[in-house]
Amino acid sequence: MMQEEVIKNIILGEEEDYIVNVGPQHPSTHGVLRFEVSLQGETIKKVVPHCGYIHRGIEKMCERLTYQQIIHLTDRMDYLSAHMNNEAVCLCVEKALEVDIPARVTVIRAMIDELNRIASHQLWWSAMGMDMGALTTFFYGLRDREKILDIYEESFGTRLIQSVNTPGGLMNDIHPGFQRKVKEFITYFRKKLPEYDQLLTGNVIFRERTKNIASLSCTDAIQYGVTGPAGRASGFSCDVRKVDPYGAYPQVNFREILMTEGDTFARYKVRIAEMYESMKILEQLVDNIPEGDYSAKMKPVLRLPAGEYFQRMETARGELAVYIVSNGDKTPYRIKFRSPNFSNLFVISKLAPGYKIADLIAISGSLDLVIPDIDR
Amino acid sequence: MNISIYDFSTVTHYIDTGLRSAMSPGWAVFTELVIVGLVFLVFYALLGLFMVYAERKVCALMQNRLGPNRVGPVGIFQTIADLIKLLMKELIPIKNADKLLFNIAPFIVIIASFMAIAAIPFARGLHAIDFNIGIFYVIAVSSVGVVGILLAGWSSNSKYSLIGAMRSGAQVISYELSVGLSLLTIIVFAGTMQLSGIVESQANGWWIFKGHIPAVIAFIIFLIASTAETNRGPFDLAEAESELTAGFHTEYSGIKFAFFFLAEYMNMFIVASIAVTVFLGGWMPLHFGTESAFNHIMDFIPPVIWFFAKVFVVIYIMMWFKWTFPRLRIDQLLTLEWKYLLPVNLVNIVLVAFLTLFFQKQISNVQG
Repeated sequence: MMQEEVIKNIILGEEEDYIVNVGPQHPSTHGVLRFEVSLQGETIKKVVPHCGYIHRGIEKMCERLTYQQIIHLTDRMDYLSAHMNNEAVCLCVEKALEVDIPARVTVIRAMIDELNRIASHQLWWSAMGMDMGALTTFFYGLRDREKILDIYEESFGTRLIQSVNTPGGLMNDIHPGFQRKVKEFITYFRKKLPEYDQLLTGNVIFRERTKNIASLSCTDAIQYGVTGPAGRASGFSCDVRKVDPYGAYPQVNFREILMTEGDTFARYKVRIAEMYESMKILEQLVDNIPEGDYSAKMKPVLRLPAGEYFQRMETARGELAVYIVSNGDKTPYRIKFRSPNFSNLFVISKLAPGYKIADLIAISGSLDLVIPDIDR
Repeated sequence: MNISIYDFSTVTHYIDTGLRSAMSPGWAVFTELVIVGLVFLVFYALLGLFMVYAERKVCALMQNRLGPNRVGPVGIFQTIADLIKLLMKELIPIKNADKLLFNIAPFIVIIASFMAIAAIPFARGLHAIDFNIGIFYVIAVSSVGVVGILLAGWSSNSKYSLIGAMRSGAQVISYELSVGLSLLTIIVFAGTMQLSGIVESQANGWWIFKGHIPAVIAFIIFLIASTAETNRGPFDLAEAESELTAGFHTEYSGIKFAFFFLAEYMNMFIVASIAVTVFLGGWMPLHFGTESAFNHIMDFIPPVIWFFAKVFVVIYIMMWFKWTFPRLRIDQLLTLEWKYLLPVNLVNIVLVAFLTLFFQKQISNVQG
């Protein structure tokens, strides 16, 4: 009883606030996340996000696993950019071991990254529309996402989580039809992406509900560590592909999407524009996959030299950083993930107050949260 | 213009005289009331089932899906299967709910829509009651439903439900003004509030054609406002499943939930029939010009089919709204009503008043 009172008074302020729990089981948190919202009428006074409902202790579990095994846990963090999560660990291990990665591997990895980014943004677009009441978007987005999942399935046998990366390269080579299918997808999706704008972006109600809602300034974005499309919508140039290039990205020509408004609509526009950029990258790479091995020669048991290693990656949601401390053993001494969603989540308590409860859903939709990535 | 449309009152008169010859007048009236009630109950239930099925198919059409296609040919028995499922489901008693109001609320909602259906003329002479203040009655009765929604939200003792109910209250009460005023436009044209009288006044052209621009404006406003009044998307703030899980009926289960569901669909049917009766000629066939082969062919289609065809066109448009648009926010919803629809409506009524005052002859003689 005492404890409850303390929580009520200290965490949530006045006791007479009308407190609504959005979550942990709620249709628009897209996972087990809880927003404790104090309301005044329909207006939000305060939002306290509570996470940890699906904390699995991935970082701790990694300490008992070899580097090849770790990647099967990392793709369960942000399952919508599973390949990028894996690649971050692989790049870090490869950097530590100073392995020369075949050019074929880096190009294929970059291609799957971009396919992954498009698929993730498609699902985000679908869910964002659905959160705001336009239920039809969900089916349009998933229809197009299916094409990418088919490409994965043909090459790797998996659909949601690819699990094809391994330190040193890929577990298996791509299917001979990979290039053809990617080209087909690009021609298909170039036709379909304008439909997204017709259905949702141009809609008056959608614009009214997102424009000038929850503007995030560049300073706040940096202070809260908001990265990815949400950060770039505020003018924070944080695309790791440009800032700290890795893999095949130095070779390709693409634009970092930057906007300055920082409102919900800007966050929306950045992601839509990123899908075009991703297709541009895919077009440049699809005909230039070099011949060669799909993996470097690696020892069966990897022992990282004692020391600290760091690698960052641009996932579909922002900057993912992997920090490995090794004492020369076959398992890491300590591994730390800086997940983009964790930082992106907490900015909501800055953004939402003063807006309506319906805006909270739109804001959390525009931040594109994946809950397992927050909890890890 | 003389259209030889079958008058259903001959059937009702035949039944009436038959009953009166067999029993005392009091019992005859009582038997008629029971028969009419039962017919409407069956009609209501069947139409509700059909509307749920239609909504699913239309929604599937919009979303690149097939819709229900397993139970029966093209899934026509799906809603019946769902109804059986809902009937067998447990009615979960809510611990801290106001028991009486919680149980009464679904019935208030459904009775309101059931009463409104009585005044609708399906064909000449085919209606339960034909008031001289028919439209007034429909508006009055359909606004009783919001009481049920408010009670449901309040008595559930759930925060989501309460917010949903409050939204619904604000919304329905605001939009009723626009519904009433847009219907008033046509009442000024037709000069009667009797629903059958309004239909008869459209024998030489539907009001949306011969009412010039004011009628078109009134029709659009009526369509928007009535969609809002029935709590359907994009105005489904009272339910808002992505914000308030299910709004005012979050705590309801089983058949009580189904009552809310059914009432929503029937309200949609009612507002669509009002729109058809007032703006689109009711059960009158579509005519172009005065005398042509086309008009005669149109006359062969029975008026009941005309009525339902028009109603389902309007319902299809309302479903189209729901599956295309995102939901409005509560302040935008009220802004739309009080700052845009209501002033436009008021100006429109003044315009109509002037039109009828100075061009009465021309308007009533215009051929649709």
